[in-house]
Amino acid sequence: MQRVEYLFTALGASAACAALSACNRSPPKQQLGSATVYQAAPVGDHAVAAPAASPADDGNWVMPGKDYAATRFSALNQVTPANVSKLALSFTFSTATTHGYEAPPLVVKGTMYLITPFPNYLYALDLTKPGAPTKWVFKPKPLAASQGVACCDTVNRGAAYDQGRIFFNTLDGQTIAVDANSGQQVWRTQLGDIQKGETITMAPLVAGGKVLVGNSGGEMGVRGWIAALDEGSGKLAWRAYNTGPDKDVLIGPRFKPFYKSDQGKDLGVKTWPPEAWKIGGGTVWGWPSFDPETHLIYYGVGNPGPWNPDQRPGDNKWTTGVFARDVSTGEAVWFYQTTPHDLFDHDDINEIILADIPWKGQRRPVLFRPARAGFFYVQDRRTGQVLSAAPYGYVNGYKGVDLKTGLIIPNHDKDTKVGRVVRDICPAAPGLKDWNPSAFSPVTGLVYIPHNNLCMDFGAMQANYISGTPYVGADVKMYAGPGGNRGAFTAWDPIRQRKVWEIPEDLPLWSPALVTAGGVVFYGTMDGWFKAIDARTGKQLWRFKAGSGIIGQPISYRGPDGRQYIAFVAGVGGWAGAVVSAKMDTRDPTGALGFANAVKDLPMKTTAGGMLYVFTLPR
Amino acid sequence: MSSRCRASFAFIAVAALVAGACNREERHSRAKPIGETVPAGESPDTIWPGGTVPQTLDPRAKLYDNNAPAISQGQQLFTQMNCVGCHSHGGGGMGPALMDDEWRYGGRIDQIATSIAEGRPNGMPSWRSKLTTDQIWQLAAYVRSLSGQPSKDAVSSRAEAMSNATPQTLAPREPAHTSDTAEQ
Repeated sequence: MQRVEYLFTALGASAACAALSACNRSPPKQQLGSATVYQAAPVGDHAVAAPAASPADDGNWVMPGKDYAATRFSALNQVTPANVSKLALSFTFSTATTHGYEAPPLVVKGTMYLITPFPNYLYALDLTKPGAPTKWVFKPKPLAASQGVACCDTVNRGAAYDQGRIFFNTLDGQTIAVDANSGQQVWRTQLGDIQKGETITMAPLVAGGKVLVGNSGGEMGVRGWIAALDEGSGKLAWRAYNTGPDKDVLIGPRFKPFYKSDQGKDLGVKTWPPEAWKIGGGTVWGWPSFDPETHLIYYGVGNPGPWNPDQRPGDNKWTTGVFARDVSTGEAVWFYQTTPHDLFDHDDINEIILADIPWKGQRRPVLFRPARAGFFYVQDRRTGQVLSAAPYGYVNGYKGVDLKTGLIIPNHDKDTKVGRVVRDICPAAPGLKDWNPSAFSPVTGLVYIPHNNLCMDFGAMQANYISGTPYVGADVKMYAGPGGNRGAFTAWDPIRQRKVWEIPEDLPLWSPALVTAGGVVFYGTMDGWFKAIDARTGKQLWRFKAGSGIIGQPISYRGPDGRQYIAFVAGVGGWAGAVVSAKMDTRDPTGALGFANAVKDLPMKTTAGGMLYVFTLPR
Repeated sequence: MSSRCRASFAFIAVAALVAGACNREERHSRAKPIGETVPAGESPDTIWPGGTVPQTLDPRAKLYDNNAPAISQGQQLFTQMNCVGCHSHGGGGMGPALMDDEWRYGGRIDQIATSIAEGRPNGMPSWRSKLTTDQIWQLAAYVRSLSGQPSKDAVSSRAEAMSNATPQTLAPREPAHTSDTAEQ
C-alpha cells in the first residue's frame, strides 16, 4: 500500500486522490463509535513538535493551543490507557450561559479561567480550595445588538494568559486585558464595528509582545483583517487587511510567496471585480500559531464574500489561504491560497500545527493543516511550499492538489451557478473539518483530527450588500456524507499521509481534541459523551455523559495537589448546534445556513447549558 | 373572516362573484397614500398595570394580512433585504425562527411590523430608515405566512428563485399564541 501510494504521488496528485477516494468508497466495515484500524501506528523516526514553539510542559494550560506550535498535547502521564476508566468527577461549575461553549478552560498556577459565549463573562476559579470556589468574575458588558451580527452562534473560542494578565475578545469587537490575580481591567481596545457586521469570536494569541486578534463576519460582507496590539498598553501596533492594495495587506519587499499564482502587485484588488474587495470577507477567526525561531506568525484566512461565487469572479486574494507574517511589523513573508475563488465557503482558518519531520532524508520545519477543503497539508513553514496534501476523508468538490503549481484541482461537475442547485458537494460548507482543532502527539507522531462527514446541495443566488446584514446569496442544505455517519475522529499519520485508525461518529464532530503523554486522546460529541480513546489503537477506554452536547476543548493540567486533571466545558451550540442553542425550527432545511437539515435530530438528543466538568484519578 | 368581507364593501361585487376570494387579491394602487412612518409600536406585551388596556388592531393590518400581492412582495423583500440570511426560510439561524409558534415580541401583523421598523435589542436591526412603511407591512404579511397564518390561496406556491425550502402552501398553520388573540 505504501509503495502504491508513492507511485501515485509520482504520477501526480490527482491520480493519488483518485486512488484515495476509491479507497474511501469501499472502506473496511465501520461501526459507529468504535475504531476501524487501517494501518499500524508508525514506528521509528516520526514528526515532533517544533522545539522552540513547544517548551516543556509546566502543568499549566495558558493558551488554547497549549503552546505556540498548537499541539494540544499535554506531557502529563498519570492518566494512562490502563487507569483512565477510573477517572472520577472532581468538581463542576455552571457558566450561566446557554450558547455554544467552544473555549478551553485555562489553568495558571492554581487558578482556572473560563471565558463564556456572549455576554463573555470571565470567571476565575480557585483550584487550591475544595470545590474550586469563584475568585472573581469580570463582566465586560458587550453590546446586546452584537448577537444579531454573529453568524454562527455567539461563541467565544478562548482566552490567553501571559505575564500576569488574561487577554480575551468580546463579541462586539473589543480586546480586553484583565489582571489575572485581581480580575481588574488593565486595558480595553475597540477593534471591530458591529455596524459593519464585524464581531470577534477568536481567541487572541499573545506572542512577541503583541496580542493578535482578527475579525469575524465573513457572512456579513466585512473586510477581513488581523491586528496586533501592544501587550502592555493595548495600543494598535499594526493591522493587516486580507483584501485590498498591497500597502493595506502589509505586502512589501519581504513578501516571497512560493507559487506563481500568489505572486504579483495588488492582487488583493486585481483578483476582484471593482470595489468588491471592500466587502469581500477574508476574516481571521481561527488559530494563529507562532514560531519564536523565525519570529513569524502563521494564520489562516476565511471565506470570500458573498458565498455566491458568481458575484466575485477572480481568485479573490487573499481569502481562503495562509499568511506568514513577521509578528513585530506585520509584514507578509509568504502566502498560499488553498482554494482560489472559493465556491463552497471553505474558510481556511483551521489550526496550524508547527512540527519538524523527517522528509526525504532531511529534517524539514513544516506546518500541518487539516484544511476545511478536505486535504491534510504538510507545508514548509519557511516558504509555504506544499510537500504533500492528501484527503483525510471523502472529498468530491476537488480532484486533488497539484504539487507542482500548488493549485487545488477543481471538480467542474460541482461548480456552483446562480439559478442552479448543485447537489452532493462534499465536503459541505463547514468543510471536512471546521474550526475545532486537532491534537498532535510527538509521542505517537500522529495528528488526531475531529471532523465532519457532510455533503450539501448549494443554490447560488444574487446577494445584496446592506452593511450590518448577512451577505451570503446561497440556499444550502446539508446531510450526511457516504457511510451515513456525520462525524469522524481520525488518527492521521502526517508523514505517510494516511489514516491509522478512525472512529465514525453519528453526529458532526464539533469538539476539539486533546492528547496526553500518557497515551490517551479525549474528545466530546454533540450529544454529550466525553470519550477517552487509546492514542495508539483507537480503542474506547472510558466515557462520561455530560448534561449538554460538547463542542468545548478539553485540557489537562497538574493541580495544586500534584495530580493530573482533565477538564472541559459542555454546552452545545456553534454553527452545528445552533438548532438547539438558538431554538431553531428544523423543518426549514436551510436554517443556520443549511446546517439545520443535517442535525434535525439534535434537539431530541441534547439541551443547551454551559457546565464545566473536571476529572481526576482517585487517590 | 366573514366580518372582514362585509367591511370591505369596495369588493362586495367581486366577493359575490368569487365566494371567499375576499381581499386577497386587492392591490392598493389607487388607495389613499399611507404615511411614510410607522407609529411608535404596537406593544408586544400582555400585562397592563392597573387593568387591561383594550388592544385595537392597526387599521392598516387589514390591507396586508391575507393579501396575496402584499405577501408576494414581502417574499421578494425578505430575500432582497437579507432577512433570509438570519431567519433562513423561517427556520432561523442568526435570528430566531419565524415558522414556529413562539413570538418573542408578538405575532400579530402590526406587532411584527413594529419589530421590523423599530428593531429589537438583541440583534434585530431597525429598518425604519431603509424601507418604506408599505414595504414593512408587506414584509410583516410575508413573515406571518411562514407560520401558516394566511389562507393557503393567498400565499405563493413557489419562491422567486430556485430554493431548497418547502413551498409556502405546505406550511402548516401554527397555533395562535397569547398576544395574537385580538385578531381571532
